Amino acid sequence: MRIKQFVNLEWKQFFRSANFGKSIAIKIFMGFMALYMIGAFLFVGIILYKALRKFFPEMDPIEVLNNYLIYWILIELVLRYFLQKLPVLNIKPLLTLTVSRHKITNYVLTKSALSFFNVMSLFWIIPFCITLLFNGYPVINVLPWFVSLICIVLIINFLNFLINKKNIYFYAILGVLTVAIGLEYYNVFEVSVVCGKAFNVLYNNPILTIVPMVILTLVYYLNYKNLRGLLFLDASLKQKTEEAKTQDLTWTNRFGDIAPFLQLDLKLIWRNKRPRMTVFLSILFLLYGLYFYTNDKMLEIPVILVFAGIFITGMFLSNFGQFIPCWDSSYYSMMMSQNIPLRKYLDSKAGLITFSVVVLFLLSIPYVYFGWEVLALNFACALYNIGINMPMVLLISSMNKKRIDLEKSPMMNTQGMSAAQWIIIFPFLGLPVVIYLIPYLLSNAIIATVVLGLVGVIGILFRNLLLNKITEIYRSKKYAMVAGFKEQN
Amino acid sequence: MITTSNLSKKYASKTVLNIDNLEIPKGQSFGLVGNNGAGKTTYFSLLLDLIQPSSGHIKNNDVLVHESEDWKPFTSSFIDESFLIGYLTPEEYFYFIGDLRGQNKADVNALLSQFDDFFHGEILGQKKYLRDLSKGNQKKAGIVAALIGNPEVIILDEPFANLDPTTQIRLKGIIKNLAEKQGVTVLVSSHDLMHVTDVCERIVVLEKGEIVKDLATNAETLKELETHFSGSESV
Repeated sequence: MRIKQFVNLEWKQFFRSANFGKSIAIKIFMGFMALYMIGAFLFVGIILYKALRKFFPEMDPIEVLNNYLIYWILIELVLRYFLQKLPVLNIKPLLTLTVSRHKITNYVLTKSALSFFNVMSLFWIIPFCITLLFNGYPVINVLPWFVSLICIVLIINFLNFLINKKNIYFYAILGVLTVAIGLEYYNVFEVSVVCGKAFNVLYNNPILTIVPMVILTLVYYLNYKNLRGLLFLDASLKQKTEEAKTQDLTWTNRFGDIAPFLQLDLKLIWRNKRPRMTVFLSILFLLYGLYFYTNDKMLEIPVILVFAGIFITGMFLSNFGQFIPCWDSSYYSMMMSQNIPLRKYLDSKAGLITFSVVVLFLLSIPYVYFGWEVLALNFACALYNIGINMPMVLLISSMNKKRIDLEKSPMMNTQGMSAAQWIIIFPFLGLPVVIYLIPYLLSNAIIATVVLGLVGVIGILFRNLLLNKITEIYRSKKYAMVAGFKEQN
Repeated sequence: MITTSNLSKKYASKTVLNIDNLEIPKGQSFGLVGNNGAGKTTYFSLLLDLIQPSSGHIKNNDVLVHESEDWKPFTSSFIDESFLIGYLTPEEYFYFIGDLRGQNKADVNALLSQFDDFFHGEILGQKKYLRDLSKGNQKKAGIVAALIGNPEVIILDEPFANLDPTTQIRLKGIIKNLAEKQGVTVLVSSHDLMHVTDVCERIVVLEKGEIVKDLATNAETLKELETHFSGSESV
């Protein structure tokens, strides 16, 4: 197998991947995101020299940068630890073909050198080095320094895989970091200064570029050794299975005939990465209120307060609700052919969301510290979320027909996204603001709060009727959903 | 029990299924055979109202399948792994299905105890989620789940595929027992001619969406089917 064939495989993997088959809107969005990132890095690379000159006028910019280089390395390392994984799973089909394990190992490692993270670093390093040359820095110093930086980027790349793979590396690095930060914090020994000096020595003595090169070779070799030993089906290519733990959820039985679905949803959230993270984020968003309430200016703008109230009590509603039938996408055809009336299915989702709004409201009670108006408005927003926003989210969710893999992380995950997710935001946040603002402008904040709450109560009173209508819509979209959820994208 | 009239399913202009008339009486064990793309799964999906017919209809116990949901309480099925909930343990899944079909835990346990040898100690009490079971074991769990709640109609798509020989033989026993002793209408599709002829009292051959043979099983049936599928049959 030649390099060309490997590249060919890679090419097909990229262009035929699920990501690529996504709707045009998401493609454009992702494209813009990528362009934005590239642009931002380029911008930093171009202005970095001038900026350093301006902020540290008495020092040489390259010296300043060298002093701070260690922080960049640490940040990269931490980011990559969480975001970058060595892609070994897709080499399974190659194992039985006539390709030596030596080649496969090298291929996987070399490929990782071309990862998004590494390429991104180039976008600031190259322009910065060019500005250095333009400002009269000698090529004999800049070029080796550039090569050293590239080596460092790759060292970070490979070091990350080692840390990810073997706990011993993780603890070793963690230990070194803790000691270094400790020494620095208590002013015993300033590690960052030493590192800065080291990088400056590296810049001034081109011959020393050999050091990062040697380190790079070493980490590459360690990775090679590590990976080579793992190229067997049972060693690392097989995904780990976790031991199943059964929880006692009989307490949900008091909710009557929606109890089985409620139990199912709780297990769904608890046992799968994406819904679990969604819930976690909703709780995190509770703190979002601090951002609004601690700012006196914001406290005076009514619109902001309504935003905050809807957000805080409705975060789970919007995050979980917008993907409603999608959560069950992997077994939707079963749900549709089993003895389940659709209405009961939706009732249980509505019940779960209502429960979440109540819990989030209870958790937000401490915000009464910022004035009882805040508490009253949050209560009104909670009522509104239950009465109006919940049926509305369910209604718009009926447009969903994209499959979701429950085990994928929600970070930067556009799976399951469709027009529904874009449409939802306007009525979700805009409508309550309008409902609040009109009485607020006509009379005062108290009346406006009461009106908002009352609108919610009216929604709650008509809940049955609304859910009946929504059930009909879900029924009419059933075939499209079943077909859509079958597509593996 | 199940009446199919003028049923057809078209994608764009391509007809994938076209059945003028098919009557399956109560308590019959019914086998559907055909090559890939013959329309077996399409027919079962129509029967479960997972896709919409282009024309015609299916009546399940006098309930129009694509208009009412009333066929659901007495019909159960296992089509593929998408009928399993991956993040549940097999026990949780069985109890969940039991809940849907009005069976309490004790009822479900009583049913499961009959399938100890079918499970072969690989399903219950394994502390594993369904998504982590092997394909064969997933299938076993799915098939048994389809038997929960005394359904009158059971639909199994390719039940023998992916199963080990011992389990295949046991499954044949289970299916025969359902149709002969309990009067359940069992619909089975398969690529394996031997298994279907062993199990089903009636076999229908589909080819490109059309019924080309409708046989009552007897000693000659297997031979006849083999000749048909080897393509050497004189027309």
